[in-house]
Amino acid sequence: MIKAILVFNNHGKPRLSKFYQYFPEDMQQQIIKETFQLVSKRDDNVCNFLEGGSLIGGSDYKLIYRHYATLYFVFCVDSSESELGILDLIQVFVETLDKCFENVCELDLIFHVDKVHFILNELVMGGMVLETNMTEILTRIEDQNKLEKQEAGISAAPARAVSAVKNMNIPQQIKDIKLPDLPQAIKDLKF
Amino acid sequence: MALKKVRGNIERMFDKNLTDLVRGIRNNKENEAKYISQCMEDIKQELRQDNLAVKSNAVAKLTYLQMLGYDISWAGFNIIEVMSSSKFTLKRIGYLAASQSFHCDSELLMLTTNMIRKELNSQNQYEAGLALTSLSCYISTDLARDLSNDILTLLNSTKPYIRKKAVLMMYKVFLKYPEALRPSFPRLKEKLEDPDPGVQSAAVNVVCELARKNPKNYLSLAPVFFKLMTTSTNNWMLIKIIKLFGALTPLEPRLGKKLIEPLTNLIHSTSAMSLLYECINTVIAVLISISSGMPNHAASIQLCVQKLRILIEDSDQNLKYLGLLAMSKILKTHPKSVQAHKDLILQCLEDKDESIRLRALDLLYGMVSKKNLMEIVKKLMIHMDKAEGTVYRDELLSKIILICSQNNYQFITNFEWYITVLVELAQMEFGSKQGHVIGSQLMDVCIRVQAIRAFAVAEMAQLLDVYTSTSQFTIMQEVLYAAAWLIGEFANELKDTEQTLRCMLKYKSLPQHIEAVFIHNILKLFAYIMEGYALYGNYKSILELCDVISDKMNESIKSAELEVQERASTVLIIVNIVKEEILIRSMSNVMDGELDSQNTELANEILNLFSGELNPVAPKAQKKVPVPEGLDLDAWINEPIETSDSDSEPESTENLFVKSDKFEYNNSEKQHYEPSEDDIKKSREARKYEQQNNPHYLKGNLSSERSSNGQDNVENIPVSELNLNVSLKVLGQKRSDKYLNLKKEKSSKKKNKKKKRHHKSESSSDDNIEASIVEVKRELELPEGATLSDSDSDHNNLDDPHRALDIDLDLPPLTDVLSKKETNIFSNDKKERKEKKKSKKKDEKEKDKNHKGKSDKKKKDKIENLLKLDKDPEEVKLDSGPKKIKKGKKKSKDREKEGKKSKKSSSGYEEALGISTPTKEN
Repeated sequence: MIKAILVFNNHGKPRLSKFYQYFPEDMQQQIIKETFQLVSKRDDNVCNFLEGGSLIGGSDYKLIYRHYATLYFVFCVDSSESELGILDLIQVFVETLDKCFENVCELDLIFHVDKVHFILNELVMGGMVLETNMTEILTRIEDQNKLEKQEAGISAAPARAVSAVKNMNIPQQIKDIKLPDLPQAIKDLKF
Repeated sequence: MALKKVRGNIERMFDKNLTDLVRGIRNNKENEAKYISQCMEDIKQELRQDNLAVKSNAVAKLTYLQMLGYDISWAGFNIIEVMSSSKFTLKRIGYLAASQSFHCDSELLMLTTNMIRKELNSQNQYEAGLALTSLSCYISTDLARDLSNDILTLLNSTKPYIRKKAVLMMYKVFLKYPEALRPSFPRLKEKLEDPDPGVQSAAVNVVCELARKNPKNYLSLAPVFFKLMTTSTNNWMLIKIIKLFGALTPLEPRLGKKLIEPLTNLIHSTSAMSLLYECINTVIAVLISISSGMPNHAASIQLCVQKLRILIEDSDQNLKYLGLLAMSKILKTHPKSVQAHKDLILQCLEDKDESIRLRALDLLYGMVSKKNLMEIVKKLMIHMDKAEGTVYRDELLSKIILICSQNNYQFITNFEWYITVLVELAQMEFGSKQGHVIGSQLMDVCIRVQAIRAFAVAEMAQLLDVYTSTSQFTIMQEVLYAAAWLIGEFANELKDTEQTLRCMLKYKSLPQHIEAVFIHNILKLFAYIMEGYALYGNYKSILELCDVISDKMNESIKSAELEVQERASTVLIIVNIVKEEILIRSMSNVMDGELDSQNTELANEILNLFSGELNPVAPKAQKKVPVPEGLDLDAWINEPIETSDSDSEPESTENLFVKSDKFEYNNSEKQHYEPSEDDIKKSREARKYEQQNNPHYLKGNLSSERSSNGQDNVENIPVSELNLNVSLKVLGQKRSDKYLNLKKEKSSKKKNKKKKRHHKSESSSDDNIEASIVEVKRELELPEGATLSDSDSDHNNLDDPHRALDIDLDLPPLTDVLSKKETNIFSNDKKERKEKKKSKKKDEKEKDKNHKGKSDKKKKDKIENLLKLDKDPEEVKLDSGPKKIKKGKKKSKDREKEGKKSKKSSSGYEEALGISTPTKEN
């Protein structure tokens, strides 16, 4: 079983946290912090397995991680998982992300945590490995994306337009000219 | 109305979405908390709107904030609202938020039951899949009970995507609602042969999880798994199956014999490291379970060790680590085959990787000999100096002590060296428990090895001296306990006794039990010194000492701790008696000449309080003390009172030790358990409990009284058979045999004298055990008994969760009557379906192969391109596009290198997953 999947950057900022066992939020933060401390002090050329971590796990649990550029992908698993298998799973995860985001980088994870979660949900479910075949995973993700697009249709057009505009970094300017007051002005029209 | 809608839309345009939130947080680094609390207000505002899209936007933002550590449980109801949306897009957001923030104790979950049920039965497979995935994160007992049938139905869905998720979901249901296991198991079993490889793999996964906790119920599935193992090409699934076999073989040796051949074939043929490694692991498990009677037994071990050596020699640290891990399993049963690779393991001790060093340390136990012990320990001590973090240090310490003390210090040729090592260790920083370990080692060595006492006591005196004279000196207090005790006990070996006594009197605030030992041993030491002074009629010094001691005791008597108070007052009174006696006698001394001898008598009387040799006691010695004549252990001391009866009963059943009670208890248990394994467990449990509790069993406590009665009932026969002397002689002989061997070897060496002395002392102390086990028990049991019972209780703790899990999953027998009819119908249906699927599957496979062949190369290139962002993405703001490329170019060379490296290292076991090369090479 996988107990938790954590992704954080070189400074320990969480980019994704998925706990398959309940921990209260503050505990989750402590676990992330502790895990980061354990993992970040290790050189890149040492092995990818770690025992210990006092907050999560115990003797039966291992931390298995991979470090890519600015991000650490850490899986906390028990002894029923194959160590090398999990390493491969991380690789599959990252490759899937790469396919979905086209040359994935940390920014993609920062701005699209929800999407990353959806992708992860196709790999792992409730702490158990759901699928390891990447083509299968990608098909499922694309199918669901299509579903969303269909739904969006015309009604979401304004929203998309807004997000497109926002992505051009106009919101800052809009804010500067105090456009957010607009709705208020409309209200004042009193129909 | 229309205008209202338009207004809503326009308002929405300017709501912050998730991206804005993230951006805002990044732009407000200085006052992040303030910014977020402001956002929280916005979110609350949005949640009050009617529009579900607005709500979902708010919930999406909340999910992000949850990751940053903000509690969002207050929005639970809103999350459920969003979950109930008819749009997949919004639903998805809701379910994600739920899976992140709900947990099985959330009260809100009651509200979700019907909604999730509706979702599970949805026509759209992705909606059902979404609900399953989310539910798996927070399923509660109620939900599991209410939805188990719906999920069970999904096992027969026509869509493999749903079947796969439902299979995994069933495991979660079982965990929360064990009653579901029995009726649904036949269907789960069917899924092991599902036409879809994904479903098959999921089913294997679930059965593995179930079997891991309670293997014996799943032995009957072995043939199915065996077939899968020999036919499947999915490495991921093979790994799971092989791991499962590793858990099953201890229960069924015949299975192991059957497994060896296909596993060795796999070991030879597979190119996937992960599969190879798991095969080796399971072969090891098989070899452990069948200790003998295998024709090519040695050959398989040899094969494993060889392959492991290749792993350990690999430049990939991961393989090295795993190789060492597997080696340590072999070491337990086949130490010789591992010893052949001593060079390699010692080399790993020098590795820069701490994880690898730790694993090598585990193996060290089997690697030491008399010749290299000192050298190895020296290396370890050097590591200790360098090591950061107490975990590794603690591990080093316990390993040093383990390898030195194994087999009664078999490998130690020079005990002075060992004492020095221990003293050095005592001055380092460790975790809290370690002081105790060092202390008990010191005491154990001194008690067992008479010849070392003088040296050890001198060292201890010095240690105390340093402790009292410097304030910043860090030394573990538990070691002071040992030091004080050794000095008091072996005062006759001390050189400058008075100096040491004064040192001891300077103790500062210490933990209670240590202070008590200090006080007690001050008295011992004082008695010894007094004897010496009295011989020469040096009363003045005695009186002076009396005063110094009284002063200190007057301080300690005010201690808050009873033990310290009591001991201090005892010492105080004894010292006062001595003082008075001396004063009286010195008065008459003027007139009378022969008082010297009388005064030494006085000293002797006090010394008598502490006389008697202490000897090591065998761990089970207490059990072997014969029952004295006239003592009837079965008779009640007091008639049992009913209330206490009911009080004590739960306790006894919990511990599973009471034999007389057990008969009844067992009968009731039999309905749930198959007895055979339980019996073994119980007797083991009983033994453990006995060891733990024996020293206390005359407490007068009713329940414990009865428990010991019970034990004696059953174990009467062995006790009467094993005569005290006989049983212990066996022990003694074993030890002395070792020492005889030692003698032979040592006679050729220089240090002859010393060693001979050790043997003598050892064997003599052993003789003493034989002769006087009842006496020995009195005092020495403290140090040894303490450590023993400690480790015992550890075992109990470890066992506890397992036992609980056993009970959980013990419930399901494999065959079932209730759901048979149902499953028959289903299986008929399925046969038809299967045939159709088979033909489909073939087509798919071929496609897959083609596809994979092409994509293989591409993939490796892609790995290099992954995550092309450099150090500080925080700085890469909105215009990150161009920067990304630039930085990418800069570092591209480095990355190429890294990429190549990673290619090399990962290519080996990459194949484990079905992704790269799905076929196993035969």
